[in-house]
Amino acid sequence: MSMSRREFLHALAVATAAGMALDARRAFAAGDGERLYDVPRFGNVHLLHFTDCHAQLMPMYYREPDFNIGIGEAAGKPPHLVGEHLLKAFGVRPGSVEAHALTYLDFLQAAKTYGAVGGFAHLATLVKKLRSGRPGALLLDGGDTWQGSATALWTRGQDMVDACKLLGVDMMSAHWEFTYGAERVRQLVDNELAGKIEFLAQNVKTSDFGDPVFKPYAMREMNGVRIAVIGQAFPYTPIANPRHLIPDWTFGIQDDEMQKVVTRARAEGAQVVVVLSHNGMDVDLKMASRVSGIDAILGGHTHDGVPAPSIVRNPGGQTLVMNSGCNGKFLSVLDFDVRDGKVRDYRYRLLPVFSNLLAADKDMVAHIEKVRAPFAAKLNEKLAVTEGLLYRRGNFNGAWDQLILDALLDVKGAQIAFSPGFRWGATLLPGQAITMESLMDQTAITYPHTTLTEMSGATIKTILEDVADNLFNPDPYYQQGGDMVRVGGMRYTCNPNAKIGSRIADMRLGDQPIEAGKTYKVAGWAPVAEGASGEPVWDVVAKWLRDRKTVSTRRLNLPKLVGVEGNPGIG
Amino acid sequence: MNPLRRLLLKGAGASGAVLAAIAAGALRPGQVLAASWNTGAFEAKKVGDAMSGLGIANPVDSADIVMKAPDIAENGAVVPIEVTSNVPNTQKLSIFIDNNPNPLCASFDLAGGAMPSVSVRVKMQQTSNVRAVAHAGGKFYVAAKEVKVTIGGCGG
Repeated sequence: MSMSRREFLHALAVATAAGMALDARRAFAAGDGERLYDVPRFGNVHLLHFTDCHAQLMPMYYREPDFNIGIGEAAGKPPHLVGEHLLKAFGVRPGSVEAHALTYLDFLQAAKTYGAVGGFAHLATLVKKLRSGRPGALLLDGGDTWQGSATALWTRGQDMVDACKLLGVDMMSAHWEFTYGAERVRQLVDNELAGKIEFLAQNVKTSDFGDPVFKPYAMREMNGVRIAVIGQAFPYTPIANPRHLIPDWTFGIQDDEMQKVVTRARAEGAQVVVVLSHNGMDVDLKMASRVSGIDAILGGHTHDGVPAPSIVRNPGGQTLVMNSGCNGKFLSVLDFDVRDGKVRDYRYRLLPVFSNLLAADKDMVAHIEKVRAPFAAKLNEKLAVTEGLLYRRGNFNGAWDQLILDALLDVKGAQIAFSPGFRWGATLLPGQAITMESLMDQTAITYPHTTLTEMSGATIKTILEDVADNLFNPDPYYQQGGDMVRVGGMRYTCNPNAKIGSRIADMRLGDQPIEAGKTYKVAGWAPVAEGASGEPVWDVVAKWLRDRKTVSTRRLNLPKLVGVEGNPGIG
Repeated sequence: MNPLRRLLLKGAGASGAVLAAIAAGALRPGQVLAASWNTGAFEAKKVGDAMSGLGIANPVDSADIVMKAPDIAENGAVVPIEVTSNVPNTQKLSIFIDNNPNPLCASFDLAGGAMPSVSVRVKMQQTSNVRAVAHAGGKFYVAAKEVKVTIGGCGG
């Protein structure tokens, strides 16, 4: 076994070294792979979908949230169901391998038992298997593909562009792709994707005349059926991410424009119209109720692994809305039976990608090894070992964010620390090494600067209120799809059902209430303003980790929640 | 995309285009401002006062006014708002931003035959309702939409 091959299996190897999963393969019974991945062909239109892989070429762990609170009409409905509530709603057997894939329940034990998920080499095998029984099938990538790992950042997305071409992606939409800047996006789309992967976004226009920047949709003929795929990029890219990186482009939901594109595609003979969306599931559900003529929205952004489509009625009939999770953990299979120009029936499966059940595809392994080789020493630097489970996803602080906050507070000498509510980032099990690579999996962005700012108590409150409204506004069109800003050093109470300005209360530093007129030293990272500077967050946290060597289990600074007792979005 | 059009306009320069319009008599700033600048309405601090200043009374909600504005502003300093009135005989279109220091941000007097369709870029400091009022035959029709202004970051 070559060094790089061993490195490729690092997730499992490290786990074994730590005395955990001795042989994860045994945990799966014979025939499990067949049972999970034998998906019979149905109908004559076939779509495979993954989204928000966040450049995770390697297998990893990914813990689903125990907080995904739905507000207003979204309360208690998919995707705002976690843990047992989710299992019950979809009839998934507790303790099953599917239950492990879809929930945080018994995560540590189940992760040890079933092993890592995702990895492009394993995903490639699954794609090939499904394609072999589905002539003409299209592979759709919802975006957030070129960002989220060290190698993606250091190659400015090139490793992922090449991986996606090898995987056979036919069409994609985008969000974090834009954080490499307009010029890099243009360069990759015009030179590298041309003729291979269609980059689709109906809602990106020039800010001067409103001209389309990218192709809005693509038509294909599949088994005698004409289909249209419309791209929808993340509508709030210039707000959630630095606008100065894409200064001449404007985004937005633009559902009236979406309606026009659907109507045009139908007029051109499309018998099936699907939207490849990066809206986030709540926005997709609302858009589906307002736009007619879409058969399905294959969605992403909010990282929701939802095992069955939500069916939304609208004046034109109905639209299926699905969301295919993130980090390469899931692959969706959508089959339509189209006869006499109309969709008659469909089948949908959300398949978890278990690395131990799918052989690694040789060509993809070779590509990944080639990409990683020049960076091997840097990627593999062992910074510390974690004693606790490190994960990110959830409405409030995850353990990974808590670690980043604790490091920022220490290193920057701050009283309060903020960390963005990103939903990407792999999970580490207790006993695993925190390598530079795993730290980059949490932080690899093009604006990684750390900051130390004097802020008044009033400003701190405004920030928390603002972000809380982006998460808990009952109208999804006013949400941005990230989670609550992670807060260190300061405690607070949050009432998600309240209105903006009154969700956040009882802000305290130790025993002392935060005073509106007093100033506090606040550390943070990922500033969206132009011209920001500061040491990259990965350097700050790496230093802190190297000094410790072993990191104890983090104590989560969770807000006290008010008014959401019994919400099935809380585990 | 229309690169040729953009190139031509860039070549001409924005001021050139405006000067051309003035030369053609389409815009006569001094004269127009002197004749009809409604100081009271434009300087009013409250949306109700600004509306009264323009003589707007009892506006009724109307689906015939189509307003395009972002749900969340990408940049509060330049928020694009487009208003088209399908109310027959629209003589005036006025746009209000409730929470701006001076809520009345624009009012267009439409000469006979002018298409009641306008587009503005306005500054908004904070989240606010935006209202467009069409004046037609002594009656008033309104459409409203909330535009959120946020500090950004933290998404995704």
